[in-house]
Amino acid sequence: MALYSEKVMDHFRNPRNVGEIPDADGIGEVGNARCGDIMKIYIKVKDGIITDVKFNTFGCGSAIASSSMATELIKGKPISQALELTNKAVAEALDGLPAYKMHCSVLAEEAIRAAIKDYYDKNGIEYDKSQFPEPDEDKEIHED
Amino acid sequence: MSRTAIDAMLPYLDKIYGNPSSLHSVGQRAKEALEAARADVAACLGAKPNEIYFTSCGSESDNQAIRSAAHVGAQKGKKHIISTTFEHHAVLHTLERLKREEGFEVTLLDVHSNGVVTADEVKAAIRPDTCLVTIMYANNEIGTVQPIREIGAVCREAKVTFHTDAVQAVGHIPVNVADDNIDMLSLSAHKFHGPKGTGVLYCRNGVRLIPFIDGGAQERNKRAGTENIAEIVAMAAALKESCAHMEENAAKLVKMRDRIIAALTQIPHSKLNGDMAHHLPGTINMCFEGIEGEGLLLLLDDKGICASSGSACTSGSLDPSHVLLAIGLPHEVAHGSLRLSLSEYNTEEDADRIIAAVPEVVEYLRNMSPVWKEMERGELKHIL
Ligand SMILES: Cc1ncc(COP(=O)(O)O)c(C=O)c1O
Repeated sequence: MALYSEKVMDHFRNPRNVGEIPDADGIGEVGNARCGDIMKIYIKVKDGIITDVKFNTFGCGSAIASSSMATELIKGKPISQALELTNKAVAEALDGLPAYKMHCSVLAEEAIRAAIKDYYDKNGIEYDKSQFPEPDEDKEIHED
Repeated sequence: MSRTAIDAMLPYLDKIYGNPSSLHSVGQRAKEALEAARADVAACLGAKPNEIYFTSCGSESDNQAIRSAAHVGAQKGKKHIISTTFEHHAVLHTLERLKREEGFEVTLLDVHSNGVVTADEVKAAIRPDTCLVTIMYANNEIGTVQPIREIGAVCREAKVTFHTDAVQAVGHIPVNVADDNIDMLSLSAHKFHGPKGTGVLYCRNGVRLIPFIDGGAQERNKRAGTENIAEIVAMAAALKESCAHMEENAAKLVKMRDRIIAALTQIPHSKLNGDMAHHLPGTINMCFEGIEGEGLLLLLDDKGICASSGSACTSGSLDPSHVLLAIGLPHEVAHGSLRLSLSEYNTEEDADRIIAAVPEVVEYLRNMSPVWKEMERGELKHIL
């Protein structure tokens, strides 16, 4: 049995949406180098739609694949829909992740939220603060 | 496995499938093979045949040596053990349990940034209640070789039992239990192209050994259980072969190793780990800033290069390798480590492939790493 599904390996070997957006409307960065994972997601927004998204990730194969898949899942989608993206959905779209790698999908979800929050903050858009809990650095979510 | 080892073991899976404890002729032939293997292993280590105990792996040998010496010590009221911070988990976890469950005191010596402990440091740590010093011959991740002979001399003088986990050393560099003042030594067959799941514990005559598997009278009552004849015979054959060709193999490996190191250290913001003056011939351990090791391994695997890393992701834990932390690397650097283990079966073409692939993969991963980009833009300081 391989460590990762074919989907994960595909998104790891050929990551979609790698890069930076110099004039991004929102940037979200989560994780820390000490733990070995950092994700940075850039979004462009027009009329409430995420028109473009790019990522840079420092992390293992599943972190890179999760970033790639998550960006694919929100590209061209309304912000409201992107906010509904869960780590589980990212993992399922990758045909699953090993249990101890689930935190990679959590980081992807958190990075997207952080980018959207940054966009709201920069543009003075009102939002429900409870929708954006501070990512808890110490908490590691491991789901089966 | 080496061809020699496979050829040596096959008859014992087939025609000579006897139990050495049986009196019939097939059993006796197996018995002869067992004792011949014991004599061969002993000769390779500079030991006597009756000082060699066959076990199921290096971990078992480490466990038995340490627990035995600890319990012998405890009977005399000595419950202090000296080791180092970068031992294999077979040693560290055994010590941890002795500490937690039986009240032993354990001093783990610092191995410094070069990954070498000195005999003077061992000497200074020895106390009247020290019952055991256990220090690895060579480190499995970074390849540094410890001054075992000097440490052994210090222990002999202080009358403290000295065990060494020589799993990485035996068959690769000269190891002689008599010259090196070793009381107990662990080895594992698969590190010199022998079968996996078989090992040896050497215990010097005069040093008490307590059994941990009770049962039959095998291994002179020190390790019960029907002997794994085929694998033991194969291990002895593999060890004999490795020792016979040690010098030429080492010369070939050092040349290949140093060529790879010369090329890979050209990669900016990289670091070679270990101490090349005290090093195994075939081990290379490097760190590359700004990337995480697992991605490196997966991409190298795609190019036909099997490597390993000390990153947390590759171990399934949250912390990177305890060995890399022990030599003082910060977490973020330790995550970006690469370990290459060369053997005499590798060719110069393999080295060429490594030299071409690693810089390419490192650059590829750095190009998608936010950490690396921030370093390049000067927003974050380079550590290496
Ligand atoms: C230094 C060291 N000690 C002990 C062991 C454990 O040996 P085994 O896997 O045979 O139990 C290893 C093997 O990885 C090792 O490298």
